[in-house]
Amino acid sequence: MSKPIIATTSLAGCFGCHMSLLDIDERILELIELVEFNKSPIDDIKEFTKQCDIGLIEGGCCNSENVHVLKDFRKNCKILISFGECALMGGLPAFRNGIPIKECLDEAYLNGPTVVNSNPDKILPNDDEIPMMLDKVYPCHEVVKIDYFLPGCPPRADLIWDALVAILTGNELKLPYEVVKFD
Amino acid sequence: MSEKIKFTIDDKECFAEKGQNVLDAATDNGIFIPALCHIRGVKPAGACRLCNVKIAGRLMTACTTPVESGMEIENDIPEIQDLRLAIIEMLFVEGNHFCPACEKSGNCELQALAYRYQMMVPRFPYEFPVKEIDASCPKLIIDHNRCILCKRCIRSFKDENGKNIFAFKKRGHKLQINIDEKLSANLSDEMAQKAMDICPVGAIIHKGKGFDEPIGTRKYDKVPIGSDIESVV
Amino acid sequence: MRNIVNKIIKKYKNDKTRLMDILIDTQSEIGFIPDEAVEEIAQILNLSKVDVVQTLTFYHFFSQKPIGEYAVYLNNSVVANMMGRVEVAKAFEEEVGCGFDNVSEDGKIGLYNTACIGMSDQEPAAIINGTVFTKLTPNKVKDIVADMRAGKNVKEMFDNYGDSENNSELIKSMVTNNIMKRGEVLFSDYEHGSALKKVITMTPEEVIEEIKDSYLRGRGGAGFPTGLKWDFCRQSEGEIRYVMCNADEGEPGTFKERVILTEFPKLLFEGMAIAGYALDAKEGVLYLRSEYTYLKNYLENIIQELRETNQLGENIAGKEGFNFDIRIQFGAGAYVCGEESALIESAEGKRGEPRNRPPFPVQKGYMQQPTVVNNVETLCNVVKIMLNGADWYTMMGTRESSGTKLISVSGDCKYPGVYEVEWGLRIRDMLEMVGAEDIQAVQVGGPSGSCIGKRSFKRTICYEDFPTGGSMMVIGNKRNLLNDVVKNFMEFFIEESCGSCVPCRALTVILKNKLEKILYGNGVTNDLAELEKWCNMMKESNRCGLGQTAANPILTSLKNFREKYEELINKDIEFDSGFDLSAAVAESCEAVDRIPNL
Repeated sequence: MSKPIIATTSLAGCFGCHMSLLDIDERILELIELVEFNKSPIDDIKEFTKQCDIGLIEGGCCNSENVHVLKDFRKNCKILISFGECALMGGLPAFRNGIPIKECLDEAYLNGPTVVNSNPDKILPNDDEIPMMLDKVYPCHEVVKIDYFLPGCPPRADLIWDALVAILTGNELKLPYEVVKFD
Repeated sequence: MSEKIKFTIDDKECFAEKGQNVLDAATDNGIFIPALCHIRGVKPAGACRLCNVKIAGRLMTACTTPVESGMEIENDIPEIQDLRLAIIEMLFVEGNHFCPACEKSGNCELQALAYRYQMMVPRFPYEFPVKEIDASCPKLIIDHNRCILCKRCIRSFKDENGKNIFAFKKRGHKLQINIDEKLSANLSDEMAQKAMDICPVGAIIHKGKGFDEPIGTRKYDKVPIGSDIESVV
Repeated sequence: MRNIVNKIIKKYKNDKTRLMDILIDTQSEIGFIPDEAVEEIAQILNLSKVDVVQTLTFYHFFSQKPIGEYAVYLNNSVVANMMGRVEVAKAFEEEVGCGFDNVSEDGKIGLYNTACIGMSDQEPAAIINGTVFTKLTPNKVKDIVADMRAGKNVKEMFDNYGDSENNSELIKSMVTNNIMKRGEVLFSDYEHGSALKKVITMTPEEVIEEIKDSYLRGRGGAGFPTGLKWDFCRQSEGEIRYVMCNADEGEPGTFKERVILTEFPKLLFEGMAIAGYALDAKEGVLYLRSEYTYLKNYLENIIQELRETNQLGENIAGKEGFNFDIRIQFGAGAYVCGEESALIESAEGKRGEPRNRPPFPVQKGYMQQPTVVNNVETLCNVVKIMLNGADWYTMMGTRESSGTKLISVSGDCKYPGVYEVEWGLRIRDMLEMVGAEDIQAVQVGGPSGSCIGKRSFKRTICYEDFPTGGSMMVIGNKRNLLNDVVKNFMEFFIEESCGSCVPCRALTVILKNKLEKILYGNGVTNDLAELEKWCNMMKESNRCGLGQTAANPILTSLKNFREKYEELINKDIEFDSGFDLSAAVAESCEAVDRIPNL
């Protein structure tokens, strides 16, 4: 039997959740034995090369590219897991939710203390190559269907490990009190 | 001598003082009923609705219902537990609760209840309402994003003349707490800390305080909320 | 300004429980309640400023900023919309030159939406500076705005007065009564004071027994036996007892009390006096909704007349020691104050938040004393029961619902108005009587009641079968039931919730959003299941009747018109969050001046 295939991505996140994934210590070796990685920053495979079993999503959707990637994951993965606060509820990037976009852009490119004198032509980036910002940062499950959720900022390594093992083995996921935390 | 009366919670025999409310009586019998608005000794608000229990087939808030002899109370049943989880989830989506950035994280009762009820993600869509942070008070920050409108501060926090420092403003979906500018201007650090402590979430922050306990040593890092009550008996 | 406020506070004897009156008078004298006034009030009443702000900001008709020399409050209820409110609102905006919730640049005219003002039989209607304007059209709006610009007094803007007492010197309103059917109990003639004369020959206990024997049940909607309520109150220990009359008729589509207060106020006051006698209460409070302020002078004049004829005041009707007087407490725009304990809170000068029970108002009510709160219609029934006897009364209606019921009828029918019918009438017969044809649905009992379809028309109006507080809105086939009716009702509850209970405050919004998701074509099968499940959470988890019934618009329409929801559901897909990329990027693309590249 071929190994289950995992893909991962970081959308509007800080890669902290991926760091936590690596934080499973020596079990990473066990994981490599158990699964094969496809599209993921871990192996730097940029595009899906085959249908995957599990997609791990870090970060919420703050721009059009995030949405495209997320939809691509939904298309190419049987099971999608949102992991980390940003994927689950927008996280820190969602602090901007509720602030009009124009205000955010003006602050970032025109008025912010670090840019106020360095953008004399007052340009707001609008090249077609740049992803378009969304009106707010969306939790992933408010864009596509997400099958499982692993909270935490980042999710504890043990939680990620236990969840992956449970899904891969079909065993029940036990959640000790200490592993489910929102920070 | 006060009279002891007998009643049951989920078929467990319990005893209480006459006149006690169901919530306090349950606590004294080692049974945890969740609540976010209750403060023992202060007139119950019946606002958060988490302490809903079933008595004679009807949902009643435990904090506002006096316990009666022979009362049969259902507490730990799926219907009620799901309602409680739903209420916790409602609170998470109606506000902006960014736990990782909150000074109260780890000591927050809303968060602790979400842990206890194993909320992974709310069933309801996030609302991301626009709310203000009010830092006008010299000693306090009022972060309306985190406020769950439990009325604890309103009910228990007065100035030395018994005047209200906190009150509600507006109604319904626009309801918010409101701090009296004049009366809060001269708060001592001790009073400010008391206000922060009375708040179950991180809506009232004592300026200059917070993030002073490392992760792992905070109140709800290792043990679920309510376990102190359950371990008594 | 300080002088004005000081004078007002003095008028109410520096009594903080009269904060509502103080704010009402301040608003009326100054046009709004400025910050300095709030500070002054707080200082004199020895309250925190936030206490005053708490009460002030709870009520729709109080404002902390100027609302315009003329403040137009245009009803936005379902029936108003049916009768052409949208065009009227547009005409107001065009003529005045500003949108709703705004004041014209010159500060002259403010436009505001407001919940049902009790004129569903003559919509679209608005209240301008306390005066009611009914059956508005875009053309009439032009004239009204022109008159406002010319600085005319609102009273001088029309001379088409309504029928009967509406035309009396102290009312002079264009409101019409529309009494469409007179029954034997309420809308029948009698000699004022005759019941009171009879009552004083009886003991209070005998009066309560008579009411108990009549099986009279509260007409506000809950249907609690009136005699029992009185008995509980009488048995409660207290220094003093109160009789309160609930005239906060806020349930959209209901206007029967408006008609009683206009045509039969003496009947009501006699009922209050009888209750006062039975309960040994000295004081009565008529809690009247702000929308009916146009009846203020008229009602106060009648109370004075009753004092002068010894039907109120001391030693009433010559009975030694029977002292009872009535004051009117106005509300300021809050539906939830129709809930009896919220009404009491409001009458004590506080935000209208329903109280926890126990204690019940009959134990600790107004001023923490035993209090009976009865609906207007209930107290009017009392008079006729005492006059003609419980046996006479129980001959009418059904076994569990004795007497008659007033029903306010509005919407798509030929004869909107108030009908006094015997309990037990079939809904179908009622609909025939009001000239309703081409019916899609009937909203019985307002938003908190039920939305029913043809299948239910065979049912009868009574406590055994289909109880109602007393209104029917007929919704014709041309209407969009879910969008125009159900959604409007949900918005109403969101606006009117006091906000204390979490489900009532938060879940109402979540439910409305879910409904909109379905209305916008993003609904999937699971949404209906969730909608139903979430609605059911509202029923028992909230403190008061508002929260417990706030999901009824969805719940009852889902039960009786499920097909209308299913038509909108996309059955081929399992998941649709409603996320729309092109809508989500529109704002940012506009901000940076680029064409969305989807």
